[in-house]
Amino acid sequence: MSLLEVSNLGIAFGGLQAVSKLDMTIEKGHLYGLIGPNGAGKTTVFNMLTGVYRPTEGNIILDGKDITGKSPEAISKAGIARTFQNIRLFNEMSVLDNVKVGMHNQIQYGLWTGILRLPAYREKEHEMNRRAHSLLKIFDLDGEAELKASQLPYGKQRKLEIARALATNPKLLLLDEPAAGMNPNETEELMQTVRSVRDQFGIAILLIEHDMNFVMGICEEITVLDYGRMIAHGDGKAIRNNPKVIAAYLGGD
Amino acid sequence: MPLSRLKHMKKTTRSNLITFAIVIVFYLVVQILSGAGVTSRSFEGQLVPICAYVMLAISLNLTVGFLGELSLGHAGFMSVGAFSGVLLWTVLGDSVPVYVALPLAFIVGGVVAGIFGVIVGVPVLRLSGDYLAIVTLAFGEIIKNIINACYLGIDENGLHFSMTDATSLGMEPDGKMLINGAMGITGIQKASTFTIGIVLVLITLIVILNMINSRTGRAVMAIRDNEIAAQSVGINLTRYKLTAFVMSAVFAGFAGVLYGLNYSSLVASRFDYNTSIQILVFVVLGGIGSIRGSIIAAALLTVLPEVLRGLQDYRMLIYAIVLIVVMIFNQSPQIVAWRKRIVARFTGKKDEKKGVA
Repeated sequence: MSLLEVSNLGIAFGGLQAVSKLDMTIEKGHLYGLIGPNGAGKTTVFNMLTGVYRPTEGNIILDGKDITGKSPEAISKAGIARTFQNIRLFNEMSVLDNVKVGMHNQIQYGLWTGILRLPAYREKEHEMNRRAHSLLKIFDLDGEAELKASQLPYGKQRKLEIARALATNPKLLLLDEPAAGMNPNETEELMQTVRSVRDQFGIAILLIEHDMNFVMGICEEITVLDYGRMIAHGDGKAIRNNPKVIAAYLGGD
Repeated sequence: MPLSRLKHMKKTTRSNLITFAIVIVFYLVVQILSGAGVTSRSFEGQLVPICAYVMLAISLNLTVGFLGELSLGHAGFMSVGAFSGVLLWTVLGDSVPVYVALPLAFIVGGVVAGIFGVIVGVPVLRLSGDYLAIVTLAFGEIIKNIINACYLGIDENGLHFSMTDATSLGMEPDGKMLINGAMGITGIQKASTFTIGIVLVLITLIVILNMINSRTGRAVMAIRDNEIAAQSVGINLTRYKLTAFVMSAVFAGFAGVLYGLNYSSLVASRFDYNTSIQILVFVVLGGIGSIRGSIIAAALLTVLPEVLRGLQDYRMLIYAIVLIVVMIFNQSPQIVAWRKRIVARFTGKKDEKKGVA
């Protein structure tokens, strides 16, 4: 059984059909790319997968469970985590706390355990700190754990967002333009990180990206959207030579 | 060595300990000074209100600084807490020993304020920004006017309640008025002391600081910083917003009881819009999100008008100027940078590593 099965997914905002008839299958442990020209509806797909938008048609099945139209909170618990195109960190909180917030539903204790500092508090905070530090280490953010998230340079903020998403222990990780604004070196480094995250955590990753070297370099399968419809699907080579894709990007006919 | 241990502690733990130390040192200094007979009568009269305002400022800071929502109705929660607690205190009167009645009065005040926190919070927390501020402002005024119109009496037939006037209660002549409309509750047996006040301030500090540095507090601050991201990591927005808001209301209720039991009479008009704004001024001046700042601002600004009493008419003018100066000193980017340079020169420490914006 596939990890994620999207069938006939569509959403209309008033008269505007932003996405329609999208079918997508994601297998465990694979790396997928979602590309397309600006305004093709890529982020809208992410927003439907994570419950920010309620699809007007179609189904989303995660691991055999129907999560169509569930709240973002429920979908996070079901096992989808994401990053945002325009970085959304908890800016006034420390880097460490950003990751610990990500573990909100992974390591739990109640309000009174926290207020009365019961033994469980110490134990669970300790476990949280341990896991958070090891996550930060993967992204080379361990040295900045006590800084405010807003004090990090741009590239590291992007990494912290990924670390926070991983802290929710997802089955599927959605990355919305992870390499945006990065220089070639940072992009290369990020590619290594994304690959190693997939290998270490064994999770599936679906990413939106405009940097074709990045997408072609790491994605095993690529779906191309244009005007809210899937126009191509396949591996990097097939996509690169697909006339429809070339037409969508360069303007054909 | 205790000092070297202090250095190795986590930054937040150390900062919290300093806050506790400030409160305890303040208590000891005041006790020593009043023991030596140096303190003036008017200053001693200010001690319990200082504690009450410190609690109010800390609890409002939870809503404003940590939940990130502007509430202009904090005096409303103080008011319902004060009236329910003091009412219980007067009803129990001499029939129950003090060490039972007094904690009970505080608990009832806190619980009632908390219930109002839920009632107000459930609809209001769907709003944000200006809208939330306006609704909480309305809540404060509504509470004041309702209590102003309340008449409650007790006689051998039991409790009598009316919203029109005292005569419509239809009480026996030997009945006792509990709440007399705009005259409020009178003949209160004063029970608040500075020691009780400080103990309550410490409890407030422990509960709120521990909450902030826990899973719950992180969820609340995450919502403040970015609701969409908070939701995306699986945080239930309504639940944590309500938790912070209600907790803020409960401590306002405790503070209300403390305040109410410091005077022989209690009127609802004391807890009006101006009081809410005054508490907000403490929070803003002390620094939004800074608990220690709230404590210091609340204490200083409660004492200041009394200290300036000798200047008569110029008193409020100077108070206003102090507010403006402190605001500039705390918030203006140039002044903040200047302060950092001065501190750096004295401590010989280099500027903190500057982050990239």
